[in-house]
Amino acid sequence: MRWFLLLAVAVAAVVAGIALGPADLSWPESMRGLVGRGDDTAVVIVRQLRAPRVLLAFLVGGCLAVTGATLQALVRNPLADPYLLGLSGGAGVGAVLAIALHAGGAWAVPAAAFIGALVAIALVYRLALVAGAGIDPRVLLLAGVVVSAFGGAILGAIFSLSSAAELRNAMMWLLGGFDAASWQVLGIFSSYAALPLAYLYYTNRPLDLLSLGEEPAQFLGTDVDRLKLHLYVSASLLTAACVAVSGIIGFVGLVVPHAVRMVLGHTHRTLLPAAFLLGGTLLTAADAVARTAFAPRQLPVGVVTALVGVPVFALLLRRWAK
Amino acid sequence: MGEVILGLAAVRYRYPGVDRDAVAGVTLHIRRGELVGIVGPNGSGKTTLLRLLVGVLRASAGSVTVAGKPVGEWNRRELARIIGVVPQREEPVFPLTVEETVFLGRYAHMGALAAPRRADRAAVKSALERCDVVEFTDRRISTLSGGEWQRVRVARALAQEPQALILDEPTANLDIRHEMEVFELVSDLVHRDGIAGVVVTHHVNLAARFVDRMVVMNDGRTEASGTPGEVITREVLERVFGWPVEVDMWRGVPQFVPLKSGESKPIHQDD
Repeated sequence: MRWFLLLAVAVAAVVAGIALGPADLSWPESMRGLVGRGDDTAVVIVRQLRAPRVLLAFLVGGCLAVTGATLQALVRNPLADPYLLGLSGGAGVGAVLAIALHAGGAWAVPAAAFIGALVAIALVYRLALVAGAGIDPRVLLLAGVVVSAFGGAILGAIFSLSSAAELRNAMMWLLGGFDAASWQVLGIFSSYAALPLAYLYYTNRPLDLLSLGEEPAQFLGTDVDRLKLHLYVSASLLTAACVAVSGIIGFVGLVVPHAVRMVLGHTHRTLLPAAFLLGGTLLTAADAVARTAFAPRQLPVGVVTALVGVPVFALLLRRWAK
Repeated sequence: MGEVILGLAAVRYRYPGVDRDAVAGVTLHIRRGELVGIVGPNGSGKTTLLRLLVGVLRASAGSVTVAGKPVGEWNRRELARIIGVVPQREEPVFPLTVEETVFLGRYAHMGALAAPRRADRAAVKSALERCDVVEFTDRRISTLSGGEWQRVRVARALAQEPQALILDEPTANLDIRHEMEVFELVSDLVHRDGIAGVVVTHHVNLAARFVDRMVVMNDGRTEASGTPGEVITREVLERVFGWPVEVDMWRGVPQFVPLKSGESKPIHQDD
């Protein structure tokens, strides 16, 4: 029943996302356009602009939520997410560097973002280790915020010094948005995200064990060092794919897994797919709000998620920081 | 005598960057149906010994065998089907239910994506029953008392259907009733189900009443080893713990009392 509800809400969000937009199309017109009937403009708007955009928003939202849930088990901190751990910031630096240096084309940006994310998580770990021999999950999160700030400074420097034309819109892109969505971008995103996403679902039981702690996880039958390495790479790859196509979108990875935890519990076998559906739904809805709330002007979707996410984060902090 | 499940032969281990061995030449065999207690002061190498037994640490010298094979020839998944461990400390971040927690013990038996099979459900059910935690199957572990949580963790180890059960300080922070319950449970599991059992504990008196054999560790070495009657003597305990004690027999089992400073002298003189 709960799954049916989740699925129904997800489908509703996608349909609503396709039906809503600055162009004045009625719901029936949008739906006719989707199946290729109606007038040509409507078909183009719905099929070439709205459909890929809504699907991309859904996939990115789902991937961010799954990454968040994974990181929470991995660093054993319920307040972890790709944004707070510095992965998104690192991926942003990598992506912007690739654009500024004209390195490769659309396919190279996610790869550069991936490298950026890996560097960021390595830095975060190194910083957390400075504070003591063992890793304190709270210090780790603090290190993530610090590395994010550092990444922000590097981005500022790149924006100020580079004259690449492509960077003109990069500031807006970095705040998070799906303006660049197209079927090609959707294809690029899916190629990068499919494998890590499948891997994370495949490791749903080891993730349960890992959230008990590294030693118990070992005793129960996981090769913890290898598992952690694979998880970090997968989380970095997913974050990089998201950031490369839609900029830095915070709080989805934090808030969505928690909502799911409250209703469906903590085993990753249900948590991961449910977080994917709910994350997709929420980001699709947030994008619809971003496009239409102040039409014809658009808000970056990252602004919407932050406006909603920060108060929710405060509530979560109250719940967990007992 | 049962077959040897866990074997240590002249095992040494030294942590990186430390100039003395944490375990300095220990030989020990633990058989099916036998409960072995390991006691000794803090830092005497007890927990290191356990880590060596389960292959989390690799011995720098000597050999560790598990079910007849060198420990290094098993992978973690295979080891988890042979040895169930109840670690000393464990702080779960997410409040799973009791049943979900015990199911984690089945990980090494289950396929990655497959649903639990009948054998998995049966093992979990019998572990829950055996540890008397059936009544709170659906409770979240965050709501359990210390004693309940400990029994759930033993149930999880039992769900692994292990040939050996290793417990590190299972009664730390428990009150007398729960302490006794845990020891009764472990002793029953070992003696009735024929599991090889190892308990590391600070409760020498309690261990003396439950274990078949006792190993006293000091500075990484085996100071004494044998039945509680052979091991728990004034000489051994005073040497190892560095504190005057008096040992008395209570219903055929040696029990000791640490002496207050004023009490120690006359007893020494009497000897």
